[in-house]
Amino acid sequence: MIGALNARGRVLLAALVAILLAAPLVADRYLVSVLILIFYFTFVGQAWNLMMGFAGQLSLGHALYVGLGGYVSALLWLKFGIGPWLGVFAAVAVACAFGAAIGWLGFRFGIGGVYFALLTIAFAEFTRIAFDHIDYAGAAGGLFLRVDDDGRWWNLRGGPLLFYYLALALAAGAVVLTAWLSRTRLGYQWLAIREDEAAARALGINAFRAKMTAVLISSAMTAVGGVFTAFYNNNLFPNRVFDINRSIELILAPVVGGLGTVFGPVVGAFILTPLGEALTALTDRLGINAPGVKAVFYGLALMTIIVLKPSGVWPWLARVLRLTERRPTEPRP
Amino acid sequence: MNASFVLEVIVQGVLNGLVYGLMALGLSVIFGVVRVVNFAHGEFTVAAMYAAFLLFTWFGVDPFVAMVPIALAFFAIGYGLQVTLVHRFVGRAEHEQFILLVGLAIIIVNGTLLIFGADARPIRLSYGFDSFLVGPIIVDKVRLYAASAALAVAAALFLFFRFTRTGTAIRACADNLVGAAVVGLDVRRLYALTFGLGLACVGAAGALMETIADAKPELGPVYTLIAFIIVIVGGLGSMAGALIGGVLIGVSEALAGLFLAPSMKSMVSFALLILVLVLRPQGIMGRRV
Amino acid sequence: MTLLAVDQVTKRFRGLTAVDEVSFSVGAGDIFAIIGPNGAGKTTLFNMIAGVFAPDQGSIAFAGERIDGETPDAICRRGIGRTFQIVRPFPALSVEDNVVVGALLHRPKVDAAHAHAHDVLRRLDLYGKRDQLASALTLPDRKRLEVARALATDPKLLLLDEVMAGLRPAETDRMVAILRELNRDSGLTILLIEHVMRAVMALAARVLVLHHGTAIAKGAPEAVVRDQAVVESYLGAEAI
Repeated sequence: MIGALNARGRVLLAALVAILLAAPLVADRYLVSVLILIFYFTFVGQAWNLMMGFAGQLSLGHALYVGLGGYVSALLWLKFGIGPWLGVFAAVAVACAFGAAIGWLGFRFGIGGVYFALLTIAFAEFTRIAFDHIDYAGAAGGLFLRVDDDGRWWNLRGGPLLFYYLALALAAGAVVLTAWLSRTRLGYQWLAIREDEAAARALGINAFRAKMTAVLISSAMTAVGGVFTAFYNNNLFPNRVFDINRSIELILAPVVGGLGTVFGPVVGAFILTPLGEALTALTDRLGINAPGVKAVFYGLALMTIIVLKPSGVWPWLARVLRLTERRPTEPRP
Repeated sequence: MNASFVLEVIVQGVLNGLVYGLMALGLSVIFGVVRVVNFAHGEFTVAAMYAAFLLFTWFGVDPFVAMVPIALAFFAIGYGLQVTLVHRFVGRAEHEQFILLVGLAIIIVNGTLLIFGADARPIRLSYGFDSFLVGPIIVDKVRLYAASAALAVAAALFLFFRFTRTGTAIRACADNLVGAAVVGLDVRRLYALTFGLGLACVGAAGALMETIADAKPELGPVYTLIAFIIVIVGGLGSMAGALIGGVLIGVSEALAGLFLAPSMKSMVSFALLILVLVLRPQGIMGRRV
Repeated sequence: MTLLAVDQVTKRFRGLTAVDEVSFSVGAGDIFAIIGPNGAGKTTLFNMIAGVFAPDQGSIAFAGERIDGETPDAICRRGIGRTFQIVRPFPALSVEDNVVVGALLHRPKVDAAHAHAHDVLRRLDLYGKRDQLASALTLPDRKRLEVARALATDPKLLLLDEVMAGLRPAETDRMVAILRELNRDSGLTILLIEHVMRAVMALAARVLVLHHGTAIAKGAPEAVVRDQAVVESYLGAEAI
């Protein structure tokens, strides 16, 4: 575990927050949209980080919760006129129900490691195909939200500024939540379980309950991300939103940034998203039609990090720039 | 819909399933011995499909012949991969190994997308539409050849593991790694050999797969999932289990496609996976851990 | 007062009877040792007391209540702490955080848990190394960490599985002294599996000898080590 931010680190963080708050005043529309993407990946990345980085449970089907969150809130809006600020509760409830089911199957029957990961993939794929056939939700043709509907901010109908500050708030909230959780009893229990579940149980930790809590928090947060994405993009297709590539996409930032750390997903998102966008912009500029080049880059980034710096960029950065409190012995990445 | 039609669908499922089984065999070998969770397994299979496609389109090589050089090439790739990258992850946290292979999978899928585009790449064999009449049912010639080839390769692998010294050494590593090292077996080399053999199966299976399906980048993750489902359902570490599991999945997919909807065929496989994980995690042929 | 009562406990593993109708009791404040050649069933017995698996027959009672069949975490919450034969530290956590995890059981507030962890670490001579990563410790220190962590859960009964293995005589003596202190100061009841006779003789008031799953001797250490059957079990009949 790396130490808390020292004075230097806190100043830097404050500066970053200030810059991000002021950014829309000077940045162009494109930059704002890239920042929104960064905040979104920070947010869902942090949600996944809680479950994997802290509690040690590998989920490769997290897009399930994004999709459920999106569809539930979108359907409540389209069919019943219920705005997303209320709809989010239903979205979270549904996502948590699925998470509870997966957690129960996995933890009750002792399914761990790769088998658990496969279980999560199976659930996501199953749901993807199911939604392809649910006509009420638009089936494969998708769901569309009208952009000009209402115009009221509390229904998340508005311009990029609205989504920008909302995304920033979500990302910041996720970081604060993670920082807080990591210092609670539950946070310690998660780490113990991640390191050695049998030893953790021998110390009186109810592993089932702790792991289930991780899954529920993680799925709830991710569902909120789903609500955001539905109302920001204004469309939902089962093949896109539940896709396994989405599941993999959202683990990139926390893995590259640093699993099990508070700022890992932030650093990861700030590195990967702009680079990915730059790559796309470059190929567009050069007139090359290269679908998948961004993903190849992400794959390479993933492999490079895991081979060379498996604990992620953030611990290394924190050490090199001396942003955290010095501890006599630090983990060697 | 009459009985003979359903029977035909089942037979088709069995034949497809044997090719799936060969692919899964490669995973069982890799997972069972080297304990590497090859999340790029399906992606490698698709790469092999493209290789067969290229050899056919450029040089007119029949995939049943191309199977051999492709398998050899994939053996080399597997050996090289294990020696350069994978062996570093042997002692490390489980999730790091997964992520390495997920990264590799992403590269392969999107690499093939970049090179070949998203459209399906079929092979048109001269005898592609021929069939045999077996009793009341019609059996595709190509499918039958593919399944037979898959069985042949599986049998060869079985004989290798059972009756050669190297094969026995590999089985020893799977059984008891420390013991194997203690008696002087070169574990690193054997691991590399095993990874190579596993990917060779994939290479062969991919070449065969191209005769019954069309190469598409998006099939990568699909096949990875199928391979894992087969290995889990059939039982880890059991060669027979991989083939039996393959047939089971092949048939259930075929029947699901017939009675539910073609796009829903994988749902049955997933349901099967969940059931097996919960009720009998060692699979049909696996030993209870 | 009897703290732990093990009554006719049996465990079979597919044809092998690892523990065969073993009975003994440990009084509060006692230090009780279980010895026996390798494969005698000692760790299996421990695992049943600690809840890793349930006995096939017989019962285990702690402070008057039946505990056989309960889960490991429930048993720890009742007041039984255990160490593992092959130590299992949390490698990526610091020494202090390892112990804090144990301390959190009865002290939900993290600050209080840290304070208690400090106390425990001092007792086990680990306070100076509290910021080191557990993975960086030497074996003797890992053994101490294992004990410290279990101790932090405020157990009434501490199960120690071969805690002296691999320690040099000086380190063994230090560990014996620490355990004696704990027993004397807080009345901690200790049940230990040991091969190191130096420690057994120094610590235990009573000893149980297991061989092929059965109890072949019970009593004071001096008497037990001279028992004919015990000597035979260790050295073989020809050696006598």
